[in-house]
Amino acid sequence: MRVLLPLPVVLPLLAAGASLALHRHRWLQRALGLLTLTAVLGVSIALLLEVRADGIGVVDVGGWEAPIGITLVADLLAVIMLAIATAMLLVVLVYAIGHPATEDTRRFFHPTYLVLAAGVSLAFLTGDLFNLFVAFEIMLIASYVLITLGGSEPQVRSGMTYVVFSLLSSTLFVTAVGLVYAATGTVNLADLAGRLDGIDPAIRNALGLMLLVVFGVKAAIFPLFSWLPDSYPTAPSPVTAIFAGLLTKVGVYAIIRTQTLLFPADGASEVLLAIAALTMVVGVLGAIAQNDVKRILSFHIVSQIGYMILGLGLFSVAGIAGAIFYIVHHIVVKTTLFLVSGLIEVSAGTGALSRLSGLTRRAPVVAVLFALPALSLAGIPPFSGFVAKLALVQAGLDIDQGLVIGVSLLVSLLTLFSMTKIWAGAFWGAPSEVEAPDDAGGDRALRPPPLMVGATAALVLTSLVIAFGAAPLYDLSHDAATALMAPDGYVGAVLDR
Amino acid sequence: MTVTLALTVGALFAFGTYLLLQRTLTRVVIGLGLMGHGANLLLLLAGGRAGDAPFVSDDGPPAAAADPLPQALALTAIVITFGVTAFLLALAYRSWQHTHDDDVEDDPEDRRIAALASEEHTPARQGES
Amino acid sequence: MVIALGERSLLLDVGIRAVFHTALLFGVFLLFAGHNAPGGGFIGGLVTAAAFVLRFVGDPDGEQGRPLPFHPTTLLGGGLALAVLTGVAAWLFGGDLLESGKATLDLPLVGDVKVTSALPFDIGVYLVVVGLVGTVLTTLGTEREQRS
Repeated sequence: MRVLLPLPVVLPLLAAGASLALHRHRWLQRALGLLTLTAVLGVSIALLLEVRADGIGVVDVGGWEAPIGITLVADLLAVIMLAIATAMLLVVLVYAIGHPATEDTRRFFHPTYLVLAAGVSLAFLTGDLFNLFVAFEIMLIASYVLITLGGSEPQVRSGMTYVVFSLLSSTLFVTAVGLVYAATGTVNLADLAGRLDGIDPAIRNALGLMLLVVFGVKAAIFPLFSWLPDSYPTAPSPVTAIFAGLLTKVGVYAIIRTQTLLFPADGASEVLLAIAALTMVVGVLGAIAQNDVKRILSFHIVSQIGYMILGLGLFSVAGIAGAIFYIVHHIVVKTTLFLVSGLIEVSAGTGALSRLSGLTRRAPVVAVLFALPALSLAGIPPFSGFVAKLALVQAGLDIDQGLVIGVSLLVSLLTLFSMTKIWAGAFWGAPSEVEAPDDAGGDRALRPPPLMVGATAALVLTSLVIAFGAAPLYDLSHDAATALMAPDGYVGAVLDR
Repeated sequence: MTVTLALTVGALFAFGTYLLLQRTLTRVVIGLGLMGHGANLLLLLAGGRAGDAPFVSDDGPPAAAADPLPQALALTAIVITFGVTAFLLALAYRSWQHTHDDDVEDDPEDRRIAALASEEHTPARQGES
Repeated sequence: MVIALGERSLLLDVGIRAVFHTALLFGVFLLFAGHNAPGGGFIGGLVTAAAFVLRFVGDPDGEQGRPLPFHPTTLLGGGLALAVLTGVAAWLFGGDLLESGKATLDLPLVGDVKVTSALPFDIGVYLVVVGLVGTVLTTLGTEREQRS
């Protein structure tokens, strides 16, 4: 555990350094990236098995003990997130290597991508509020570079929105950390859990709200989501896919972690449930109004975040288990859908629904790859989205929260509607004239590279595995949620060793 | 002493917010920098009053030493602010290369919605907005 | 840019030549001074990088030859890798990640020198800062490169 636990952070950082030093050798960069992420995936699965068997693992960085030094903590939620995130990073890297426009001549893609991986891992594993800020910054700085990688005009414009918005929330984060330290004298999460109980409830609520706003910006909850649909669609497809799959979910993870550990509520939290309902509704309405595949999908991210917050807001073991299951399902499905939108752009030269038509005939594989995750997103049985939503609905009805559950079902219906809109616009009808993208001419534009199709197909399969193997995954989520609802275990594992 | 610093934090945040709301990109960048400094100063203030150098000097009681943790945190935050500001400046420069203009551009979506609002009397478009 | 490309100021050239090496040396001094005294990898790196920036201002097109025999990005990557490796090295001695150790070396002529494992980490940071500024100069600094 001592060596295993920090590896998901250390390995990608080390590889990023080596990859930068090898910036003239693209093949070495590729091999290094794939090798590192495969190794990290192995490590995370090993961690998952070990935490499942032996309980929470804790490592002190630099030999300083818990409340003073930085601690890395691997509990079940953290390792579940770590494993699924690393798997996505690996698959999307394969896709990116096949994607003609992402990797070409951009020698900074691979190092930045690895830094992003390190930041995401650190965010999951850290047991320290300030270190969480550092992890967010590592992840965000890498994402700033990735989102503006081409340096084209729309990218710079939307990248600016993204950077300014994120930077503002980071400043707020530092402020919140300063205030938390001033109020309690510690930034260690486990230590904070005990000390926050002792302070004035008004200050405690203010700190909780401030952290909720900070993570809410990263997670794109209502009303802090406006940056997301604006900035995601302009980046290259693989970059958008990994952002859509992972970055907002790191925010959701931070919300779940802080709300359960630091600011636990007695029962369902009305504030969170209201935020959840508004996020779901506003997100899906935004999606219905859009006419571009990537923009529709971006608004759906917002809408889906609402479901995760809903699970958390119920504040019961079943609700949080549903939220965790939902996150895992959503990461896989959303990443897949964005990868497919990249395939659509490569096959047809555009992502605008008004100019797309008849893809079922011209690219039948892409059509199948789109249909499965799209149905899953809407929550049609037997796909993983159905299982995830069923878990949330049951959890909500258990504690008589019928209203918000009703809203969530309505939003599912609207989600299905906007997915049909993409389907009818892009896949049905007579094939349109091919608009070749600028960088790939003629016939080549028709057929997406096999590496891209393969990576996407692998993810579709993963999503099917999640659907048909839902029972063990749900058990895992349930165990993780049980641990979250009893924070004493976490506190004890960190402080009393 | 601490009141002066607290007022400074407030002033930095106020000026930063004012500059952030401007249309010019360079002012936005400077505004974010000011707010970052305000946040870092606040972090430093969270450690309580100043004291002896911790760890290195053995003279004086431990209670008289300054709290080293917020200083370490502030240092980390300063380096991060530095890096991000450098990136923002590069981005602003790139934006200037594209448009030869320092203003934040209109968002295309905003323009579309504004156009929809001005055409509100045409019933066909209303459903979309 | 204030300095017109192609036109060189004699005053600037001579001034930079006088300051460049001093600044380089001062940067290295700060790097080694920084453990218990003010300084360290980040500050030292910034001072050294400032020397390179000065040189770049005087000679933006590299007419006097490149200051480094390799691309600054290599320095950036190498520095990052070195810093991480230093952190990992603690495992070999049975410590935790990033745990720091110290040793006293008995060098001939110099005498006893106290070395901490924070030093290679700091050198890594130093290289990252210098490499980063160098990369920024080569990618953003030259307008000529951007236009081509």
